[in-house]
Amino acid sequence: MSGFYGIIDSLFEIRGFQVVYENMPYFLEGAWITIEVTALSVAMGMVLGLFAGLFRLSKNRILRSISVAYIDFFRGTPLFVQILLLHFGVLPYFGVDEAFTSAIIACGLNSGAYIGEIVRAGIQAVDKGQMEAARSLGMNERQAMTYIILPQAYKIVIPPLINEFIALLKDTSLVSTIAVAELTYRGNLVYANTYQAAWVWGAVAIIYFVITKSLGLLGDYVERRLATG
Amino acid sequence: MIDIVGVYKSFGKLEVLKGINLHIKPREVVCVIGPSGSGKSTLLRCINQLEKVNKGHIYVDGEEVTDPKTDINKVRQKMGMVFQHFNLFPHKTTLENITIAPIKIKGMPKNEADDLAMELLRKVGLEDKAHVYPANLSGGQKQRVAIARALAMQPKVMLFDEPTSALDPEMVGEVLSVMKDLALEGMTMVVVTHEMGFAREVGDRVIFMDEGQIVEEGLPEQIFTDPKNPRTQSFLSKVL
Ligand SMILES: Nc1ncnc2c1ncn2[C@@H]1O[C@H](COP(=O)(O)OP(=O)(O)O)[C@@H](O)[C@H]1O
Ligand SMILES: [Mg+2]
Repeated sequence: MSGFYGIIDSLFEIRGFQVVYENMPYFLEGAWITIEVTALSVAMGMVLGLFAGLFRLSKNRILRSISVAYIDFFRGTPLFVQILLLHFGVLPYFGVDEAFTSAIIACGLNSGAYIGEIVRAGIQAVDKGQMEAARSLGMNERQAMTYIILPQAYKIVIPPLINEFIALLKDTSLVSTIAVAELTYRGNLVYANTYQAAWVWGAVAIIYFVITKSLGLLGDYVERRLATG
Repeated sequence: MIDIVGVYKSFGKLEVLKGINLHIKPREVVCVIGPSGSGKSTLLRCINQLEKVNKGHIYVDGEEVTDPKTDINKVRQKMGMVFQHFNLFPHKTTLENITIAPIKIKGMPKNEADDLAMELLRKVGLEDKAHVYPANLSGGQKQRVAIARALAMQPKVMLFDEPTSALDPEMVGEVLSVMKDLALEGMTMVVVTHEMGFAREVGDRVIFMDEGQIVEEGLPEQIFTDPKNPRTQSFLSKVL
């Protein structure tokens, strides 16, 4: 079997459909783990990213250097390598050897770096006069950030944040390499047992797509709400 | 009330203030005029330390703002600043724009701050706009809210940086009239303006700045009818 007819042939194999059908609950459970890893990582990434973004713009040179080093490192190296490095090379020394935890720490650190840049850009997009007006009233820098700048930056930050969420959701497939039983990992297992590549990976891809598309639509909705309100 | 002693300020190689000396008495209204780029805004911004000076000293109400040891946030509470482009907080209503500083900085209870804000809104003629967002106000209304916001901290000095320059002509009057009331109440004011009529009528003193220096100062009558310096003469001949 080869080429186009090869794919058609394999898709018509009733065995493949059966494999996907029977493993669907198993896949969906994996999809749920994918969502969990993503959500927890993004939650961690948002906290890290907020501080990374704020420190990046800080007048304090040490804080700024820490933030720049962090953002550069995690944006400048592959997530795949970060996962391996953290899970096998770093986290065991801190008593973490559970893959699920490693996965969240690795993905959280990675998304924190990207979110840090999103936060920085969001803060910088707020008109300079806002900070000046706040400071001229007598607010200190922290008060001005908390009450005036961040509430305006957050509207600017939401759409790219949703994009980051979607990007990370896809990237969590890499944690299959440290045996977190998320969707891609399960796809691999089922494929190894059945060799139904087109059916198995096709089903996995469609599940990912349904999730990212839903998130995208949710993002569009939120964006529209922000624009009007 | 404000003492400016030998102030120099540069942005990189560009020297913008070249030895400014100015003494402003309590209740005095000083109008600063001069061509664009002469350093008027920079001077105002140095007074409340939105810009740091390179040399010299500035004292406000007995405290040296140019001393790094001074708690500048405390001193700024004594100075209200009104900007050319209003800089209202777009995510807050008119009322919240006015109450946020007293509540968050002074810890004033919300109901007390609301009462104060309503009183100030009445003063600037906008009590019916309390729950409106800035986006739904006209330019003149925005600037009146900005003045009320600055007044909410009960400052001793008000700094105005071309408060009517961004307004449509028909809205200039309503803002100037609020400022005039404020002057009559005895507020100490420094007003950078191109409104020569206002400077003449309300100002106690007029300062003419050019190329980072105070070229001439005097009573409004004297400056406008009998300017001594040729640069003042040439500037006034263009704007009057
Ligand atoms: N933040 C800044 N960085 C660099 N140059 C500046 C800055 N602010 C003002 N200037 C320059 O300083 C000069 C004086 O500006 P400004 O005080 O705004 O003048 P004015 O208010 O009298 O028009 C101008 O040449 C302006 O371009
Ligand atoms: Mg100016």
